[in-house]
Amino acid sequence: MSEIVIVGLNHRTAPVEVRERLAFPADTVGHALRGLRERDGISEGVILSTCNRVEVCVLSEQGYKGVEHVKDFLAGFHGVPIVELSDHLYHHLGDEAVRHLFRVSSSLDSMVLGEPQILGQVKDAYGYACEFKAIGPVLDKFFTKAFSVAKRVRTETRVANSAVSVSYAAVELAKKILGDLTDKVVMLIGAGEMSELAARHLLSAGAKGILVTNRTFERAVRLAEEFDGTAVRFEELATHLKRADIILSSTGSPHFILEREDVEAVIRIRRNRPMFFIDMAVPRDIDPDANEIDNVYVYDIDDLNNVIETNLEERQREAELAEEIVVAEVAGFRRWLDSQQVTPTIVSLRRKFDEVRQAEVAKALSALGTADPKTRKVVESLASSILNKVLHSPISSLKRETDDRSPMEMVTAVREIFDLPDEEAGGAPEAAERPPEQGGNVGGQ
Amino acid sequence: MHTILLKVTALFYFVGALAYLHFIFTLNERSAKLGRMLLLIGAILHGAGFVARYFVAGYTPITSLFESLSFSAFAIVCVFLAFELRYHLRALGAFVAPLAFAFSASAAFLPGEVRALAPALNSYWLPVHVTLLFFGNAVFAVAFGAAIMYLLMERELKRKKLGAIFKRLPSLDVLDDINYRCMTIGFPLLTLGIITGSIWASFAWGSYWSWDPKEVWSLITWLLYAALLHGRMTIGWRGRKAAILAIVGFCAILFTFLGVNLLLPGLHTYTNLSG
Repeated sequence: MSEIVIVGLNHRTAPVEVRERLAFPADTVGHALRGLRERDGISEGVILSTCNRVEVCVLSEQGYKGVEHVKDFLAGFHGVPIVELSDHLYHHLGDEAVRHLFRVSSSLDSMVLGEPQILGQVKDAYGYACEFKAIGPVLDKFFTKAFSVAKRVRTETRVANSAVSVSYAAVELAKKILGDLTDKVVMLIGAGEMSELAARHLLSAGAKGILVTNRTFERAVRLAEEFDGTAVRFEELATHLKRADIILSSTGSPHFILEREDVEAVIRIRRNRPMFFIDMAVPRDIDPDANEIDNVYVYDIDDLNNVIETNLEERQREAELAEEIVVAEVAGFRRWLDSQQVTPTIVSLRRKFDEVRQAEVAKALSALGTADPKTRKVVESLASSILNKVLHSPISSLKRETDDRSPMEMVTAVREIFDLPDEEAGGAPEAAERPPEQGGNVGGQ
Repeated sequence: MHTILLKVTALFYFVGALAYLHFIFTLNERSAKLGRMLLLIGAILHGAGFVARYFVAGYTPITSLFESLSFSAFAIVCVFLAFELRYHLRALGAFVAPLAFAFSASAAFLPGEVRALAPALNSYWLPVHVTLLFFGNAVFAVAFGAAIMYLLMERELKRKKLGAIFKRLPSLDVLDDINYRCMTIGFPLLTLGIITGSIWASFAWGSYWSWDPKEVWSLITWLLYAALLHGRMTIGWRGRKAAILAIVGFCAILFTFLGVNLLLPGLHTYTNLSG
């Protein structure tokens, strides 16, 4: 009986030294897929390789034996002794494999829960498999389903909704305080990796312009050029501050560069148009008491880290909902897999009766001897209409989905009653004629 | 028939308010759509009810307490739907729809029969005066809802503990903008309502202004909103200050509308609990 098998390793089971040895660079995937398919009992295969994980998914005709085949293949392809791998590799079979892929593509198995890249990477892996014709109807359906599960998880839970990095948290807060950012001006005081990154995010979120200031004016000029903004002399900070809606500060100053009174003066000049101060400096640049002024919001680095912390906790909670979706979808996919087993049964059932029909028609015609074309036609159509009518009800009860009984039971019963040959039970005979649903380049980034 | 129509809308507003509350808790878009649909159907039935009642009564049916409360709910729903259409502020529904329900529900408990019109009210000024004021009040009711949202959101942002409110409410900027829009629409309506009332008073009572309690409280309300609008235009009263004033202003409206009628009898006492 054929089973879906996944063998792989990820950031939790293997250190980077192992992951890099087993990684499949894009240009080797085609070759690897071909090698994989040459193995005994492996009819379909997909290889996913990212910096955090390597996963090989196959349809194995020999159930568990497939696991050994894939492990063997991984060791052989990369020239790594299998003993060095076995501690790092995990494997999943059947429903467990289905659950695993659904969780991976929904980013429930990622290092940063809910990160968006993994889905694109799974789509790429699927694209390669289509391109190199390594995929068949079962894995095709499997991966397509995994994409829709990932989409469901993203829309029905908030697992990927809130910011989990300082710079994204800054953008999120700015939007909630200032609304639309397109007419807002950012001011960058001092230089720091984190504040520059936040400035970049704010600009790509639509902020209109940027003012840059630094104790050394040349540095301000250089940075301003980089951001396509305006450099301002540090001594003139007070006069330019009123133009800024979002202030990112990270100077090395040992004391506050903006006291509460300074901010009060500016907000009065701005006629209370809100200001958002993001203080990334330690020691702090902006008097935290300024947060008490109406329409002024001051967040320091700890405040932002707390925001991220809360967001991560929320993602964790949402992940539980996502796991429930995955469980339900695994059950749904299992039903589809089972119904797949029905189709080959129907085909062999038809084939068996067809052989009987042909034999009996030939016998009848030879008994009639010199039969005219009309008689031949009558005999032939008599036989096929009897056949169709007799087969109608067993076939339709095979196709019927029932809740209290697995289709497998019905399939087994029909196979026994009609004494159908066993070798076609696993693979779907019409599989080869079904084209993959999608082309080669899916979801490339 | 029309009385039943006016009363049954309370049900639509109730379920509509529930749908919006469900939306704000679960963020399920379908609930917000359902809420909007229910309010829309409710408002259409409500409007039809008033038109029918107009023909039956032969005068603009906004005279008894029942009719006033009911029309208030109608006006609030109409103004809210207009704002929703323009700004897509679904979260606002969770704050404004319950208000509309409260008005229509309290109307539903009052006797709703059509009565003979007091002679002093028999005038073309009646529809003009009351519609201007009721729609003005409805605009201020929306400002009140947005102001509460603003204060909730501001508190969370100031305390830096970002939770459910942060996720669910629109930005401070948008909420403050709603406040401002409401003032620029509501204040002219209120002003015109008071002026038309004053003109009507000169015909009906022989004097433009008689310091009747309703007039005094309308003036207080007008002064409050005038101060808010003036403060915003000149020295930038916005955000928290504007939100608090919008809430105080709406309380003054409620008192002018209901408190005066029930507690301070005067010339305007056409509407009391018995009808």
